[in-house]
Amino acid sequence: MREVWILAETKAGRVAPVSFELLAWARSLGSPEEISVAAVLPGPAADPEELCLHGADLVYHAADPALDGLAAAPVALVFGSLFARRRPEVLLAAATTTGRTLLPYLAAREGLGLTADCTELELERETGVLLQTRPAAGGNIMATIKTTRGLPQAATVRPRSRKPLARDPGRPVRVEMVALPAGAAAAAARGPRLVEELPFAESKGLADAPLVVAGGRGFKKKEGFALLEGLASRLGAEIGASREAVDRGWIEYPHQVGLSGRTIAPDFYLAFGISGAIQHLAGMQTAGTIVAVNADPDAPIFALSDLAVRGDLFDLLPRLAAALEDYRPAARS
Amino acid sequence: MKILVLVKQVPETDSLAIDPETGTVVRSEATSIVNPLDLYALEAALAIKDTRAEARITALSMGPPAAAVALKEAVAMGCDDAVLVTGREFAGADTWATARTLAAAIRRLGPFDLVFCGEKATDGDTGQVGPEVAAFLDLPVVTYAGAVELRDGPGGLVVRAERVSEDCGQIVECAAPLVLSFCKAVGEPRLPLLAGKKRAHDLAPRLLGLAELGLPAEEAGSRGSPTRVVRIASPRLTRETESLDARSEEGAEAACRRIVELLAEKGLVVPKDGAGREGRVKP
Ligand SMILES: Cc1cc2nc3c(=O)[nH]c(=O)nc-3n(C[C@H](O)[C@H](O)[C@H](O)COP(=O)(O)OP(=O)(O)OC[C@H]3O[C@@H](n4cnc5c(N)ncnc54)[C@H](O)[C@@H]3O)c2cc1C
Ligand SMILES: Nc1ncnc2c1ncn2[C@@H]1O[C@H](COP(=O)(O)O)[C@@H](O)[C@H]1O
Repeated sequence: MREVWILAETKAGRVAPVSFELLAWARSLGSPEEISVAAVLPGPAADPEELCLHGADLVYHAADPALDGLAAAPVALVFGSLFARRRPEVLLAAATTTGRTLLPYLAAREGLGLTADCTELELERETGVLLQTRPAAGGNIMATIKTTRGLPQAATVRPRSRKPLARDPGRPVRVEMVALPAGAAAAAARGPRLVEELPFAESKGLADAPLVVAGGRGFKKKEGFALLEGLASRLGAEIGASREAVDRGWIEYPHQVGLSGRTIAPDFYLAFGISGAIQHLAGMQTAGTIVAVNADPDAPIFALSDLAVRGDLFDLLPRLAAALEDYRPAARS
Repeated sequence: MKILVLVKQVPETDSLAIDPETGTVVRSEATSIVNPLDLYALEAALAIKDTRAEARITALSMGPPAAAVALKEAVAMGCDDAVLVTGREFAGADTWATARTLAAAIRRLGPFDLVFCGEKATDGDTGQVGPEVAAFLDLPVVTYAGAVELRDGPGGLVVRAERVSEDCGQIVECAAPLVLSFCKAVGEPRLPLLAGKKRAHDLAPRLLGLAELGLPAEEAGSRGSPTRVVRIASPRLTRETESLDARSEEGAEAACRRIVELLAEKGLVVPKDGAGREGRVKP
């Protein structure tokens, strides 16, 4: 039996949904006879059992409020104390701002190799070697990486690159409380500590939106870009943008999709006047359906599109609005 | 006050494009630039120096001798000095070995009140080096920082930073010394000044090798790296594409109908109640 651990995250006092994606990743590495899956949950959470119902065999819950997800050192100490008892073969975290902070910190401490932002994982049955595949060179190539020494083999995986397993209320729940190890309270006290949260209104839903309409430099000026907002509200969609549109001040940075913006995987991505530079594609190429409208038949985004519409966006947007007259956004959960 | 900024030289990627037919990379001559996100780390450090004239900023890089160019740019922007860790032994380092090496250099050059780096390098694209350096130095780390403010607290310097997480901004505080990695929220980085360019022109970065770092050779470069790339492949960047020409009136109408049809197929829009069955509802 091989052991796979995931680093669970919390959000507003509950298990964060991205943790369920991690459990789906862990479960995808082998059958239940081959691997057991444990979730390590640092920080207070009201519903640790949800991790079991979504695929974990065991939860190690270190519920001390000193573990607030911000300070890395105390979390590394919690893992250190667990590793003193047993070392799993594989450790996965989400490539979120939290996972991308805590896991490298832990990896350095424990001498672990770490691969960032994987989009494919495969556990070799015979050897137990984890093949970790990630986009590299700005999305231009896929690199497969393995860890040559030290256990666990550690990787962060890109959020929304796998769907959580269906919640199974019949699964056994096993939650083991983990005490704060020596030194962890002092490490937490060194900080950083959270003073205040400032919710940003504009982009709240972009990461989770099923439907994203996006615009780029093809809109030519800010007033042009406003047309996209009309379509978005008609469709109940979130707005995405290329870096060109953001740099020109047509829309705020949290809407930027791509390498230096957000990575999203909506069910539907509808792009207007975006050429499809590799850095943009890196942020949306796993979308379910991609539709692109562009004047240039050679726009690279077309190669990645399910529907490629060659035309003028200024002509098409009002027509699309008219064609949508008889429709309304579907109710969404 | 002493600030250290990590600066990496990376290939310019703006010029990369994908051949839509073959899905392979069309690479025009790649030139080297300062990692764009490191400019935000530099800006954050220089902004501190604007208000605290006594601050001294050291730029540190690990790379081939040519990486001196990136350090010169940091000096041109206003850094006080520059150090390059260079040598064959450092080649092929993954993030663990890179951070191990940079941390050893920082120990050697320090102590520093603040260690700054970029959120991630555009070539490696991992964002791991900052937190790893912090772990090796046994310092707290704040990632994804925007603007920072400094305050002299009773126990020493306190940093207040605006951190950008997925769904909110966070004001966080931490006492120095600490490591911070910066993102675009810092604001536009300044351009080099003429005086800075002159200084940079005359400056040769101080060079450090393995011996000066006191680092065992088996902990640096590819030897010290716990990960290996075993395979490189082209991304599957193509889909089966349905193409429509919407340049004519009819073409445009047909394309819009098709888009709506796809949206409806995927369950994202539904016909309005009553639409199309007006007659039956209101006889
Ligand atoms: C390190 C690095 C990181 C980057 N990160 C990102 C990132 O996160 N996100 C990102 O998007 N970019 C990023 N970029 C920039 C990226 O390389 C491109 O420059 C950018 O994506 C281009 O934006 P665009 O498609 O809007 O503009 P353009 O490439 O100029 O494309 C505009 C498109 O609009 C079309 N068009 C013009 N007029 C019309 C019309 N009337 N009707 C229909 N179509 C029209 C044109 O044919 C063209 O294809 C990054 C670059 C670097 C170097
Ligand atoms: N070789 C290097 N020399 C100096 N700084 C580096 C080096 N590699 C990474 N860094 C710093 O660490 C940050 C994150 O890099 P990475 O983890 O490679 O994405 C970069 O933005 C740099 O500030």
